[in-house]
Amino acid sequence: MSCLRTLFLAPAALVMVVLILAPLGVVVCYSFLTRGAYGGVEWLATLDNYRRLLDPLYLEIFLRSVAVAGTTTALCLILAFPLAWFLSRAGRRKHLYLQLVLLPFWTSFLVRLYAWMFLLRDTGLINTILLAAGWIREPLPLLYNHVAVVLGLVYGYLPFAVLPLYATLERLDRTLLEAAADLGARPLGTLRHVILPLAAPGIRAAALLVFIPCLGTYLVPDLLGGSKTILVGTLIQNQFTTARDWPFGAAVSLTLMVFTVVAVLIWLRRGGDKLL
Amino acid sequence: MEAVLELRGVTKDFPGHRAVDGVNLQIPRGAFFSLVGPSGSGKTTTLRLIAGFEQPTSGEIWLNGRPIHHLKPYERPVSTVFQSYALFPHLTVRGNVEFGLRQQRVPEAARRLREALEMVQLVGKESRYPSELSGGERQRVALARSLVVEPDVLLLDEPLSALDPALRKQMRSELKNVQRRAGITFLLVTHDCEEALSLSDRVALINQGRIEQVGAPEEVYRRPKTRFVAGFLGPVNWIGEIGIRPEATRLSRQAPDGGVRTAPATVTESVFLGNRVHVRARLGTGEEIIAEVSHSDGLYRTGEAVHVWWRPEEELRFDGA
Repeated sequence: MSCLRTLFLAPAALVMVVLILAPLGVVVCYSFLTRGAYGGVEWLATLDNYRRLLDPLYLEIFLRSVAVAGTTTALCLILAFPLAWFLSRAGRRKHLYLQLVLLPFWTSFLVRLYAWMFLLRDTGLINTILLAAGWIREPLPLLYNHVAVVLGLVYGYLPFAVLPLYATLERLDRTLLEAAADLGARPLGTLRHVILPLAAPGIRAAALLVFIPCLGTYLVPDLLGGSKTILVGTLIQNQFTTARDWPFGAAVSLTLMVFTVVAVLIWLRRGGDKLL
Repeated sequence: MEAVLELRGVTKDFPGHRAVDGVNLQIPRGAFFSLVGPSGSGKTTTLRLIAGFEQPTSGEIWLNGRPIHHLKPYERPVSTVFQSYALFPHLTVRGNVEFGLRQQRVPEAARRLREALEMVQLVGKESRYPSELSGGERQRVALARSLVVEPDVLLLDEPLSALDPALRKQMRSELKNVQRRAGITFLLVTHDCEEALSLSDRVALINQGRIEQVGAPEEVYRRPKTRFVAGFLGPVNWIGEIGIRPEATRLSRQAPDGGVRTAPATVTESVFLGNRVHVRARLGTGEEIIAEVSHSDGLYRTGEAVHVWWRPEEELRFDGA
């Protein structure tokens, strides 16, 4: 019996060790070593990589990342909630609408970000139209700023907020809404005192699914943020490529990971979820 | 008696069928009024029209002398006890009962909350969640939650149907007590005739979206105006065009005295039911009847020749129907 169990668990265990634990071990190890002159590491143990993180410059990047991820999460929730509500009440058409929400996944995120660049850049579609219409004289600086990054992130992660919200709202008993109205609750009162509390698990799940990937995002700030908007993800990528400082990159990665895990644990504990 | 709630020619069409068809009803103030009918007869739709969850296709609904059919559910001074209770799962007993008071910003909420909980005997269970309550307790919370807002009419949608039979009988008498003490008009929707007849001051029978008869329980039972009403409220023996209730159908071995109607019959079956005996007999015309007799009449054997008789005043007669 236990022999069979071991056999069946082996592939999963192998994947865990080879693809997750081993690379993580390498990252932990590298973060305490000294950088090599041309990339790679030298086997000299040090805490310098973590000490460097205390530099206000990096602290600022870190806080900026949290702010961008937080803003994106908030915007995604605000946009996704009415959409999920609509989907959950759409009757027979709801599966069609759900497919539409998932439609963007049919092409690569990278391709879709390039499409945004074509829309937003100085010679892009929006500026061209506005210039031709004579409403502006110079192209609006739509690309390469924080707003563009948040826009790209909201665009990319909105479905991740819609799906868990849809799942909870779909299960919401309509009779409860009637009962609330029957007892004198106006629509806003019903929303606040019945719908939102009952949708809380879905809201928490949606927030996590957007916030975590946004915190470490690299593609969106790199393409839409330009050099002005450096986030943690871009910082890490820079260390491993142009800066050739693998130990520091490893230290930043690990710090981000520990921060995320702690934040998620606090968030879930607060909501009384039994997930962890 | 003064009507607190009045329905005037209320019709509700759904795609493909008419659920409520020109219903006129007057609910007297302070009454325990029941709307009885089989499933699909339009009784729940009628209740939902009064609560405001559905809009009538035509007709008017008046409450306390003013039309309310154009008002939103939260603007109508009526309250519903739902069949499924619809208790808020994230709120405690207190939170549920308080809900209406808070939404309507009622003064003296604490006193009314306490009174409502006392009335339904839920004191001491304020901090429980609905999932921690028994079926009967949930029913009481639903009742308290609706009573506490002091509605002009309390609407009850099959409130006892989710309970097991023993508890149903107990809650039935509690319901009646609560109605007397609260002095609130109750409008009960049910398919259970016994429930309607035992609880109500007045009963309305609804069939295929139409009101067939309105009256006191005894009146509608003894003097049904239509065959539907007669058959829905209890078993009927049909002899030609007239109906006789089994308990009014008598049997005797000798020909009965004058002044009663009589017909010869042959006993086909005798079923002992404990407190009474059901005797099945076939008339000369081929019609089968059931007579409900007591033990003192002695046992009838299958094949025995008997006289079936009844008093003319106990006949159920229908005009044309």
